Amino acid sequence: MNSDTLIIADKSFSSRLIVGTGKYASPAVMVRAHEASGAEMITVAVRRVNITPPGAPGAPRAPKEASLLDYIDTSKYFLLPNTAGCDTADEAIRTARLGREAGLSHWVKLEVIGDERTLFPDTEQLLEATRVLVREGFVVLPYTNDDPIVCRKLEDAGAAAIMPLGAPIGSGLGIQNVNNLRIIREFARVPLIVDAGVGTASDAALAMELGADGVLMNTAIAGAQDPVAMAESMKLAVRAGRLAYLAGRIPRKLYANASSPIEGLVGR
Amino acid sequence: MCAKMGIGLGTPHPYIPLTIQLNGDRVEMPGPLTVSELLARLAIDARRVAVEHNLVVLKRATLDEIIVHEGDQIEIVNFVGGG
Repeated sequence: MNSDTLIIADKSFSSRLIVGTGKYASPAVMVRAHEASGAEMITVAVRRVNITPPGAPGAPRAPKEASLLDYIDTSKYFLLPNTAGCDTADEAIRTARLGREAGLSHWVKLEVIGDERTLFPDTEQLLEATRVLVREGFVVLPYTNDDPIVCRKLEDAGAAAIMPLGAPIGSGLGIQNVNNLRIIREFARVPLIVDAGVGTASDAALAMELGADGVLMNTAIAGAQDPVAMAESMKLAVRAGRLAYLAGRIPRKLYANASSPIEGLVGR
Repeated sequence: MCAKMGIGLGTPHPYIPLTIQLNGDRVEMPGPLTVSELLARLAIDARRVAVEHNLVVLKRATLDEIIVHEGDQIEIVNFVGGG
């Protein structure tokens, strides 16, 4: 299976699992989970540097705190900056440009959030931001709804992959609309990454069995009781699901179909 | 207030106190200064951040050349954990 690589834009990845860096109990656990996941692409968020508020002693000054990048070996992992939390196309575009300068790569996981409670994407703003960033030379990986029409529009706008959700971000509900993902799989000409909603290994396997080219997750691993063990289980699930998809499953039938020969039974 | 403290240190150069919007906060700084000098003053490693100056993201190579002016809006960001 070594030749079964995930190719997005001009890069190929031997792992089809993409993992996040948020919500870990400690950087040490995150490092071990990344290792166990086998992932090669890792998402990061772009946020203001903490600067001591004016008026405080010695202010303004940034505190001497360890940076996330102190814990990520960038010779080993490819960083994918996200625009998480942005709720307009303009904000997401600004954040993407800053992420490009901070990470020196022109890839972005594009998120434009339409609603605080569901964190569902604002697909109108998402499309607009995709068009602008593609024009600027970005490799855009948009997080979107499991809506085949929106996915097609994003593809037409030049997205390098489409990343429909399986369920709301951080919900752990698993794939909610299997049939939409199947339809998206049929239409998609760019890689299809299921992003968000995975709760456990079987959810990731199901996404891959449906024909997803990859799965992106954060909370399912970082929030597990043992994130390192869960990261390994996700690695295996993504591989298992991929193999099952390539192998081609048997059709579902209502009635039994004996595995052993009917002829030659004793006493007949 | 920081700007005033700057005088006490007996800096040999004349300076202009600047008020800028830094990451959303109003901050006083002794000027004139470049973006590189601003980062140094804040003890920020320029290799780990990206800077937006009046809505324009700055290329790292230009940080030494861009001068911070009164009223400028500056955003300094870095990578944090996220999904």
